[in-house]
Amino acid sequence: MIKQNKFDKTSVRERIAKRAEQEIVSGSYVNLGIGMPTMVANYIQTGKEVVLQSENGLLGIGRFPYEEEVDPDLINAGKETVTAITGASYFSSAESFAMIRGGHIDLAILGGMEVSEKGDLANWMIPGKMIKGMGGAMDLVHGAKKIVVIMDHVNKNGDAKILKSCTLPLTGKNVVNRIITDRAVIDVEDKGLVLIEVAKGFSIEEIIESTDAALHVSESLRMGTY
Amino acid sequence: MKQIHTSFHEAVKDITDGSTIMVGGFGLVGIPENLILALRDSEVKHLTVISNNCGVDDWGLGLLLQNKQIDKMIGSYVGENKEFERQVLSGELEVELVPQGTLAERIRAGGAGIPAFYTPAGVGTPIAEGIEVRTFDNKEYLLQTALKADFSLVRAAVGDKMGNLIYRKTAQNFNPMIAAAGNVTIAEVEELVEPGTLPPAQIHTPGIYVQRLIEGKQEKRIEKLTITQHA
Repeated sequence: MIKQNKFDKTSVRERIAKRAEQEIVSGSYVNLGIGMPTMVANYIQTGKEVVLQSENGLLGIGRFPYEEEVDPDLINAGKETVTAITGASYFSSAESFAMIRGGHIDLAILGGMEVSEKGDLANWMIPGKMIKGMGGAMDLVHGAKKIVVIMDHVNKNGDAKILKSCTLPLTGKNVVNRIITDRAVIDVEDKGLVLIEVAKGFSIEEIIESTDAALHVSESLRMGTY
Repeated sequence: MKQIHTSFHEAVKDITDGSTIMVGGFGLVGIPENLILALRDSEVKHLTVISNNCGVDDWGLGLLLQNKQIDKMIGSYVGENKEFERQVLSGELEVELVPQGTLAERIRAGGAGIPAFYTPAGVGTPIAEGIEVRTFDNKEYLLQTALKADFSLVRAAVGDKMGNLIYRKTAQNFNPMIAAAGNVTIAEVEELVEPGTLPPAQIHTPGIYVQRLIEGKQEKRIEKLTITQHA
């Protein structure tokens, strides 16, 4: 029996987003996926120089516009109105995915439905439900230098989302480098999954119990880091 | 040299039943609104439409769906549209989902005379079924073929009468590749100017790719208005 989340949904998302922000190195180019990953931008520490890429053709996403600044020709990949930072550039979708595929993006933070112990990611389709399309996710997982998946550790039914192998159709095979959930930070390594951090309020045993895949516990495991 | 139209209906009147058309835009940004409205009014049927998205229920390409003018849609994300879902589930509409970067590159290849290329996107996923896989430097890639269209419909901020186009901000998106991949490319421009007005070094789409131009006023509907409140 797996425990339900100990925190309300908003604070859980905030905790994950804040922890994910620590993955962003100053001076890097970053693509944030649609949904919870977009929230990470709200927590970027002052002093960090980060250029956010939007796959619809913008390098240098700024904050959401004030009402009088809204420009219908300027959106992010989630189709939300945004602004552009000083020094931003616009380009075509082909150029955008050339810079993604070409390995020029340092980090992509994406949402996930399931991740396997080999780093397979499923996040675009649930068979039997209407398929909406993969958008840019299948390109991003092969292009960015580092892929971090952020998601709840278990689904609404309390079932594990970190599995021996994914049950849902894949977005990419062997592509994930790090998983950040409301409960733990787990790295995907050649030997399998390595537990490197446990969130406040959880024990190592609770993480192992709520993870379907086998976990190696890192020798430098840190407890209660976020 | 170029056909300059004043009627959107005239501009699209030779698009016939069964045509393959490409339409620029990402979401509702950068779509050729008036050309789509004219196509809706033309009642042309059995279209194959290549576009990143398929509009929303009551705007953009969603209008052609509502009117049951599309037989097949090739795109990367179609989740904003309930009528789309209904038609797919009922078998009225065929859909081919393509990773967004692959879609952009297939269209680019179509306009650039490259029949196919390899990309890592989609390896090991459902879209790889039946597609040639080849390994380069120990990494697997999928063979993807170029896309072309009978007619390409694009929108630019400004165009000159030589067909040169400049796009505005993120309204560029798929428009430049789509302009090059159509047998006949029709450009809806917010402003049509005389040759020599645009700085040659700033042209996004050189005029060679454009056959027809027409000036029009767009609504520019906003799909998701997100704002920062003043403190």
